[in-house]
Amino acid sequence: MSDPAITPELVKKHNLTPEEFARAVDILGREPNYTELGIFSVMWSEHCSYKNTRPVLKGFPTKSPKILVGAGEENAGVIDIGDGLAIAFKIESHNHPSAVEPFQGAATGVGGIIRDIFTMGARPVCALNSLRFGELKSAEVRHLFSGVVEGIAHYGNCFGIPTVGGEVYFDDCYAGNPLVNAFCLGVLRHEQIARGAAKGIGNPVFYVGPATGRDGLAGAAFASQDLTDESSEQQRGAVQVGDPFMEKLVMEAVLELLATDAVTGIQDMGAAGLTCSTCETAARAGTGIEIELDKVPQRAPGMSSYEIMLSESQERMLVIVKKGREAEVQRIFDKWDLPWSEVGAVTDTGRMVVRHHGVVVADIPASKLTDDAPLYHRESKEPAYLQVVRAFTIDQIPTLSNPTENLKSLLSWPSIASKNWVYRQYDHMVRDGSVVCPGSDAAVVRIKGDSLPMLPADSTKNNDAVPEKFIAMSVDCNATYVYLDPYEGGKIAVAEAARNLACSGATPLGSTDNLNFGNPHNPELFYQLKESVRGVAEGCTVFNAPVTGGNVSLYNQNPQGAVDPTPTVAMVGLIEKAEHITTQWFKDEGDAIILLGDLVDAGDQLQGLGGSAYLKVVHGMKTGTPPKCDLQKEKQVHEAILALIYSGDVKSAHDCSEGGLAVAVAESCISGYPARNTPRLIGASLDLSAFDKARLDAILFGEAQGRIVLSVAQVNAVKVVERAKLLGVSATIIGSVGGTDLTIKAGGQDLKWALSEMHDGWWNSIARAMK
Amino acid sequence: MNFAVLQFPGSNCDQDCVHVLKNVLGQSAKLVWHKDTSLGEVDAVLVPGGFSYGDYLRTGSIARFSPVMQAVQQFAANGGHVLGICNGFQILCEAGLLPGALVRNRSLQFRCEQVYLKTVTKNSPFTNQVADGKLMRVPIAHGEGCYFADEETLAKMNANGQVLWQYCDVNGNLTDDANPNGSLQNIAGVCNEAKNVAGLMPHPERASEAILGGDDGKAIFESLIHALQNKGAAKAA
Repeated sequence: MSDPAITPELVKKHNLTPEEFARAVDILGREPNYTELGIFSVMWSEHCSYKNTRPVLKGFPTKSPKILVGAGEENAGVIDIGDGLAIAFKIESHNHPSAVEPFQGAATGVGGIIRDIFTMGARPVCALNSLRFGELKSAEVRHLFSGVVEGIAHYGNCFGIPTVGGEVYFDDCYAGNPLVNAFCLGVLRHEQIARGAAKGIGNPVFYVGPATGRDGLAGAAFASQDLTDESSEQQRGAVQVGDPFMEKLVMEAVLELLATDAVTGIQDMGAAGLTCSTCETAARAGTGIEIELDKVPQRAPGMSSYEIMLSESQERMLVIVKKGREAEVQRIFDKWDLPWSEVGAVTDTGRMVVRHHGVVVADIPASKLTDDAPLYHRESKEPAYLQVVRAFTIDQIPTLSNPTENLKSLLSWPSIASKNWVYRQYDHMVRDGSVVCPGSDAAVVRIKGDSLPMLPADSTKNNDAVPEKFIAMSVDCNATYVYLDPYEGGKIAVAEAARNLACSGATPLGSTDNLNFGNPHNPELFYQLKESVRGVAEGCTVFNAPVTGGNVSLYNQNPQGAVDPTPTVAMVGLIEKAEHITTQWFKDEGDAIILLGDLVDAGDQLQGLGGSAYLKVVHGMKTGTPPKCDLQKEKQVHEAILALIYSGDVKSAHDCSEGGLAVAVAESCISGYPARNTPRLIGASLDLSAFDKARLDAILFGEAQGRIVLSVAQVNAVKVVERAKLLGVSATIIGSVGGTDLTIKAGGQDLKWALSEMHDGWWNSIARAMK
Repeated sequence: MNFAVLQFPGSNCDQDCVHVLKNVLGQSAKLVWHKDTSLGEVDAVLVPGGFSYGDYLRTGSIARFSPVMQAVQQFAANGGHVLGICNGFQILCEAGLLPGALVRNRSLQFRCEQVYLKTVTKNSPFTNQVADGKLMRVPIAHGEGCYFADEETLAKMNANGQVLWQYCDVNGNLTDDANPNGSLQNIAGVCNEAKNVAGLMPHPERASEAILGGDDGKAIFESLIHALQNKGAAKAA
């Protein structure tokens, strides 16, 4: 079979513009052949090159003394956590594949991010995910939702990584465009950091993992286009098929291999498979690489060079080995029964040369592919709808008529309701490290000796005790806020993640973000991207949580429109001592409940109701300027809660987010869950009658930022409030813990909810919707 | 005591078992590779959880044919103590070392959550140190943990005291609601007739430290250690 002729139509089909094609011709000094066209196409897709977003991403803070491997250097960032230990973590999207094949799309998303982490030489120890779907009333959405959750469960459970937390939102804007962002964190010693560089001229290049098939052909290119109505039919072949068992073996073999010191460079074959891994490793080392495709294990007969180079078959790695150490490498691969092959060698030509059946099928300067990718400064224009949003006033919100029902509706609204239907399908405890499991503000994982990759057998460090450490993590983004005010929304995504960490007793170490947006060629959508990234960047700077890497997913739109701009922020923090680990549920009868921060933001004309869950759920409105986030003030609140936690007085801490104070307090009453069908319900009585200047709906459901609900022993209440005030944060005793109801005195009303009733809606609403 | 913790390709809870045995209980524990044909000098064998061989075909069905399982068969036949947890339980059933079988959860979904366990009899090497009447809170994490055996086998097992643990509610009642997977008679774990081999779906190694939310599961390991010490003492005398 001969290759097709290179025509303008074929170039267009590869998502390359005429200018980009001309650039490729310029680099080669001739027209690319079919295989080379494919290579340029995937390497210059947004997914691999960030060609539309690089200028914007420059705004992110990426430096701190703790950063050992920074953003963009390698497959994932690495941060120092003290005592010679470090963590590697990253978030990545698998949105398009999940839209057409939810189970495999999500499963391979998990597989891909786990590979990024062990490629760094780290042992993956936990996972999170951030998911977004349309409303559950749609059968198609339920199919996507259950498929994605099962896919994540399948891959993570079988691989043996605990999925310890995440977030799930439901909004019509995601109906045909689900977002599936997967996060993984691994642990390693400083000296164990592995690099994706093809160093050492003449060193052999090994391929390890299952054979290359036709699955996932050009997935990176697929991820960089709009979805169409035909996508699900046409693109199913672009979705890879995952094998978590194989990945587990590859991971164990790779970590064992890295301990031998026989490896000079390693890279996983993720997006753009063999193409990306070969040219990136060569470009990083300033070397060249030559491979022979006849030696690549192949699943199907008669695969073309185009197909082999662009396949995204899963669980494959490229390993560059020191010459003369091949036997050690082969022994380890054989021990784990892994298919492997020596496919090529490192050269000094600076070129990526690919041979097939003895013929050169691609010959491209490696660094030009990675470093000379096109770069676009996209046009941005403030979206017209923002005028309408800003014109919205509080008088347009009908007065509160049934607060008792409204709180119940909010608690059973799937975006707020308990996600137990999801996380009970994930093994969230394997590895014996899950200290705080899903269901509190942040997940907390214990790092211990077996969290680390193995050392060489003769290492003197083998008998050293590994100090126990605790890592907290949270992934957050209220995309409705971002839609209604991209800049403030971006800040709030970071603030909420940092607040969740603070509530669990952690100080931020760093963050990773997943930017999910629509088509960047649309100036209004690009405005959302630019402005929200500015907000995220500012937030990360203020909270000392530099961005160590992440992922950009554009073209999340179908003929019905684009998704809400969704810059998901995953933040990771350190908890110094076990006794500082704090959870969100109330602990003991009689404890005092304290609100840190202001009940209502006096400067917000909408009193915290703009873009609120209350507006959406009760009044069916998605409008109004969302609450403002004063980052300095927010930071003071986080520092205050941490200081209070360190003093040992805080028994529970929970951040106020969607649904405001009423939902936060209700959740603290009903979210304790010691065992199956045995929730721990504990009541609370609040007296908010002193706050008579604000509207009752704003008092109960307003979403002013920078607020935390905590509980302390009654005898410590006054002391804690005084202490908070000394720290510059307003603090008010608003009630006490106890009883079998939640009661709130506010706005001249005595409101009351039975705990069992609140719990039932909150705990079961997703399961009921999925029946 | 010396424990062998088996390591199959796809074992996930091997390190967790070693961690608890060594760092929490102060025992000696080593990993034994699935291709090994000998267990070495050990007092007991732990078959840990995970997805051995990817759980392709049927959970535990491939692992039973591994070289190390031949050694375990021999070890058990000689009266050696073997405990299987989760996938380890499935492997022991597949290998015929334990009666019954584990099938897909009735919910058809994987389940990971804390459950309460009632210890049916203290008269076993795996339960002797459980406090009288104590309900243990231990997590489960499985997709195929629904215990099944035919009526005759069940009757025999009950008569012999081979049902060791049952799922119950917080008050110790064997309700349907408390049963996370649809197991017959709420069975969570069983032993063989000779009582030297046992298996259970819940993960006691995940419930052996207060920092992880509770240490009720430790009593199972302590029971086994106690039994092994007695056995050693009897041998010495």
